[in-house]
Amino acid sequence: MPATTMSKAERDQSHARVFDLSQQSLRELNQALHKLTSGSNETAWEVLNPKGSHSVAVGVDQLVSIDVRGSVGYYCAGMNDGAAITVHGSAGPGVGENMMSGSIVIKGDASQYAGATGRGGLLVIEGNASSRCGISMKGIDIVVHGNIGHMSAFMAQSGNLVVLGDAGDALGDSIYEARLFVRGKVESLGADCIAKEMRPEHIELLQGLLDKAGVTGVKASEFKRYGSARKLYNFNIDNADAY
Amino acid sequence: MCGIVGLFLKDKALEPKLGAMLSEMLVSLSDRGPDSAGIAIYGAPSKNEAKITIQSAKPEHDFRGLDIELAKAIGAPVSLATKSTHAVIRTAPDKVDAAREALQSLRPDIRIMGAGEAVEIYKEVGLPEAVVDRFDVRSMTGTHGIGHTRMATESAVTTMGAHPFSTGADQCLVHNGSLSNHNNVRRELIRDGMTFETENDTEVAAAYLSNRMAHGKNLGEALEGTLSDLDGFFTFVVGTKNGFGVVRDPIACKPAVMAETDQYVAFGSEYRALTKLPGIDNARVWEPEPATVYFWEH
Repeated sequence: MPATTMSKAERDQSHARVFDLSQQSLRELNQALHKLTSGSNETAWEVLNPKGSHSVAVGVDQLVSIDVRGSVGYYCAGMNDGAAITVHGSAGPGVGENMMSGSIVIKGDASQYAGATGRGGLLVIEGNASSRCGISMKGIDIVVHGNIGHMSAFMAQSGNLVVLGDAGDALGDSIYEARLFVRGKVESLGADCIAKEMRPEHIELLQGLLDKAGVTGVKASEFKRYGSARKLYNFNIDNADAY
Repeated sequence: MCGIVGLFLKDKALEPKLGAMLSEMLVSLSDRGPDSAGIAIYGAPSKNEAKITIQSAKPEHDFRGLDIELAKAIGAPVSLATKSTHAVIRTAPDKVDAAREALQSLRPDIRIMGAGEAVEIYKEVGLPEAVVDRFDVRSMTGTHGIGHTRMATESAVTTMGAHPFSTGADQCLVHNGSLSNHNNVRRELIRDGMTFETENDTEVAAAYLSNRMAHGKNLGEALEGTLSDLDGFFTFVVGTKNGFGVVRDPIACKPAVMAETDQYVAFGSEYRALTKLPGIDNARVWEPEPATVYFWEH
């Protein structure tokens, strides 16, 4: 096929630097990714046979695309700062932990604490996420096509968590200023987390997130918004007996 | 940490490979626990024969002539097959209790790992690779089995502190986590006639299940009881003569992944443990829900 008729994705793919983790070590992969400097021509990477490996593509700080073909274990894409990482499989605990910027797409499910402490960027989980999704999130946007487990968005500080399915127990316990949008049912709300009005600016924000995450056929108006009642922000003298 | 695995076969054609498959699963989780490892394998149960797995620190000394002495003591035929520090004694099912008692007087230093019609239990200090090699686990056939690689927290690194723990005929359990009310539960179980070999928290969980099943509960009901009666962190994988069960505590911070195909149900602390199973790419793979009992029976 002449290069001019290839889509950008196909062109990237055809030049992708391929790492086969059944032949090469994880350390070689991560070191090669860490050596990248801005302006490098190696902008497309493909990782084969991850087979549940831990820490695949952690700490990448360049604007490259990385396609991981298969399921990964703990901490995939942690601390990501700019890369577009797609896992064509499921992810173990702590995927995208402390992401700074860029995007991570999980085609399957994600285990516990997906996107924990994330400061920026977009994490999309096309399947379900289990417990503690977005725990202590600090600016990351997380979009989950399926359901999320219990204690999600615990102590979430800022950013947006969007759930197309249902949320488990104690959603948003001790939440600060993150926004939680849930389309399905919420098993229970955590301490100081309450349902809030969907104002036009929230609809607009949510629609933007759905578009960014490639979600179609779902309207922002189908979601409910949850956030902080702000009752835990200050010490209440009436609770003194509890201490 | 700790790593646990379980494999319950639906397809009889895989039974000759059970030991090899379970060994592969356990070895893949070696870095979750380097202290000790163990495996319980359920072979085809026999109505005419029961098995007692025993362990000794001095096998050459303790196992020599034991079959003859034991046969004489219980008045029934006994066979003994030595595997490294362990041996499997086979005798009539109604002679198991007598054999246990006789073993204690004939060889006071021998430890009983487990007994039943189907189960054999092998556990030692060391890495999973060394433990499965030592007992030639890869060549074992069976219907289901569970395994554990240990990073010790609640009791010493010893053979008896290794998992699986068996506290009833053909029953055993592996555990990832730590229990906080095990001393209290142990005292209650002792009052109800249970006996304990160690100070280990997991042995209490195993005894709790044995005790509930002795009181007429099935495996699923006994597992359900752990959710209200045991406090702490746990993912349990449990084997019985014809069954296999999984339960996680309500907080569920100890990892767990399951896979099911027409051929098997498999459990691993991580997906890594499942990657070499046949047909895994098309298996239904899921994370077991917190506070939810899963069990399968043949």
